[in-house]
Amino acid sequence: MSSAQSEDFPGSATGTVLEVRDLSVEYLLERGTVLAVDQVSFDLAAGEFIGIVGESGCGKSTLLFAIAQLLAPPAEVTDGSVIFKGRNMVGLTDKELTAVRWKDLSVVMQSAMNALNPVKSIGAQFADAMRAHGVASKAEIADRSAEVLRMVGIDPVHLKSYPHQLSGGMRQRSMIAMAMLFTPDLVIMDEPTSALDVVAQRSLMVQIKELQEELGFAIIFVTHDMSLVSHFSDRLMVMYGGVVAEFGATRRVFDTPLHPYSAGLLEAFPSIRGPRVPLTGIPGSPPNLASIPPGCRFAPRCPKVMARCEVEPPELYEVNGTLVRCFLHAGEERGHE
Amino acid sequence: MSEPAARRAPGQPRRAAVQSMPADAALPADAQAPADGAADAQAPADAAASGTAPLLRAEGLTRHFKIGNALSRRTLHAVDDLTLAIGEHEIVALAGESGSGKSTVARLLAKLYKPTGGEIYFQGRPLSAVRGRRDVLRYRGDVPMVFQDPFASFNPVFRVSHGIMRCLKLHRPELSAHQRREEAERVFTAVGLTPAAEVLERFPHELSGGQRQRVGFAQALALRPKLILADEPVSMLDVSIRIGLLNLMADLRDTQGVSILYITHDIASARYVADRLIIMYAGHIAETGPSEEVLSRPRHPYTQLLLSAVPDPRAPLAVGAETDRGEPPKVIDPAPGCRFRWRCPLAIDECHRVTPPLRELLPEHSAACHVARADAETQAFR
Repeated sequence: MSSAQSEDFPGSATGTVLEVRDLSVEYLLERGTVLAVDQVSFDLAAGEFIGIVGESGCGKSTLLFAIAQLLAPPAEVTDGSVIFKGRNMVGLTDKELTAVRWKDLSVVMQSAMNALNPVKSIGAQFADAMRAHGVASKAEIADRSAEVLRMVGIDPVHLKSYPHQLSGGMRQRSMIAMAMLFTPDLVIMDEPTSALDVVAQRSLMVQIKELQEELGFAIIFVTHDMSLVSHFSDRLMVMYGGVVAEFGATRRVFDTPLHPYSAGLLEAFPSIRGPRVPLTGIPGSPPNLASIPPGCRFAPRCPKVMARCEVEPPELYEVNGTLVRCFLHAGEERGHE
Repeated sequence: MSEPAARRAPGQPRRAAVQSMPADAALPADAQAPADGAADAQAPADAAASGTAPLLRAEGLTRHFKIGNALSRRTLHAVDDLTLAIGEHEIVALAGESGSGKSTVARLLAKLYKPTGGEIYFQGRPLSAVRGRRDVLRYRGDVPMVFQDPFASFNPVFRVSHGIMRCLKLHRPELSAHQRREEAERVFTAVGLTPAAEVLERFPHELSGGQRQRVGFAQALALRPKLILADEPVSMLDVSIRIGLLNLMADLRDTQGVSILYITHDIASARYVADRLIIMYAGHIAETGPSEEVLSRPRHPYTQLLLSAVPDPRAPLAVGAETDRGEPPKVIDPAPGCRFRWRCPLAIDECHRVTPPLRELLPEHSAACHVARADAETQAFR
């Protein structure tokens, strides 16, 4: 089910689906501007799974919304580009965006209860999305709707169900089914599992991964719970205060976190196995993005802070393929910048 | 509420209730109230296990909700025949998935719901005997609640001092305005909100989620409680600040001598902070015991499923739970039998006919499962 655009785009099957370059988003408020996302760049390969983690207010959801061009005033992309399948999404008109959304790129929101229309059956909402993209045949709509529901393990009889008749896990899975209607190249997920309990959460993650392997779409998955994506994402981006703190292969970030913030996040949740050790979490609170400190944004909370950190913002250094924004690794940098 | 009168007998001796009052108790008269609890001193199993009489005890606790209309009258069994005990200076975690009835238990214990059956004893005194404004107020002060959502549980137009001052005025009328202020500063300092005088004057929106949840604990603490009912107190918070709240709960147990019922679906945090663990499934207790013991030797297949579903980056990906869709059961007019049987790979005939009772398989460690054995033979997941 590839769209017309993917054919003009060379190498879309194996190449890069998404190129984010120096993307900055500001909230233009009366009392000044808040720089929520500051110069974020990354590439997403076809079929790749990137996890983005960080605390509330670190800009991870704003980054997602900027990629999907869902930002509403006062938020605004002030710099950079989002090249999706060879086209810059920044500056597309609503009409042009409508053609891309659902077909090539779909978004699964955090709370399925709020994202689904409570007074329409699941099937009617699926049909809406399909009609909006020019599928007129009733039979085709019914077939495809049943097919995507089956894909996520829900009996198609639930096409007649209303959202309140489904459990939280089923609602979230039907949202994912809806995102699959046109077999997009990129699915953006904003904490889709945060309202679920562990068993349902685990089941959903496994299902997302299976669907991805089967259909080959790329995923950007935002969560505040780092452990959730540990076994599923290919690469992991740790965001802090609107910037990338660390970005590298998931396994490597977990095994050898380079940034003190990533290390702190890893230490912040208790383990279910092994010895019961006292943990400290990360003391302090995230920076106020309306008045960004001159040095490293993590410096006030950092256990390894140096004099230099407070005056000069660190760059992203590349250490063994992992990007890290910390002076501790300034000497080790190889090959980047 | 006719049944409790008959079930009132197994209370603890009245002396225990008096002993557990702090020396400087504000209303000593109330301590003498539980006269009818002294009828019989038959100690429940959990109390014998922990060595002391429990602070709070629930026996056969049941809560049903009527649903549907006149044409289809049905009953939702939110909590069924639940027996539990919470000792002094103890954190008990009540864990289970959404819909397992854990929040209903909290509301029953907080006297927000009346039980359909069974009885709750607080310091040996049946809760059905706690009537009248003064009595109920006293109980609410002894057993306050901390809520899940720190963004919704504060009035946004008042400074945070407003709520705590009103609590103090209502529950501890003997304090002067000056003393109230001092007490508020004391509890704010105790929960790590410093400088207390300054934080008290902030508005809720000026505080982070973690700070707001600390205000929730401070408010509870100002009442000099015996038991804090904490309903998912950290689930809305960021992972990086959750641990601070968990440490605070342990600290309150150690330094302030309160007990805490920690309701959660996060079994890893329950392990971190709780002394004992109660796993609930569909209104029943599935398994209970000391937390480390239950989690290192889970006997109930549901506990095993829960454990295998916890994401643990330090361990390789566990297999086994993948086939489970995580669908909680419907507990509307349930037929007899184990409520986990539809998801259980070990289900036998008996599970479809007989509701399994809670059996003590290992010392202090019980599970409600026909198949579970004391030895480790039965592993359903993982």
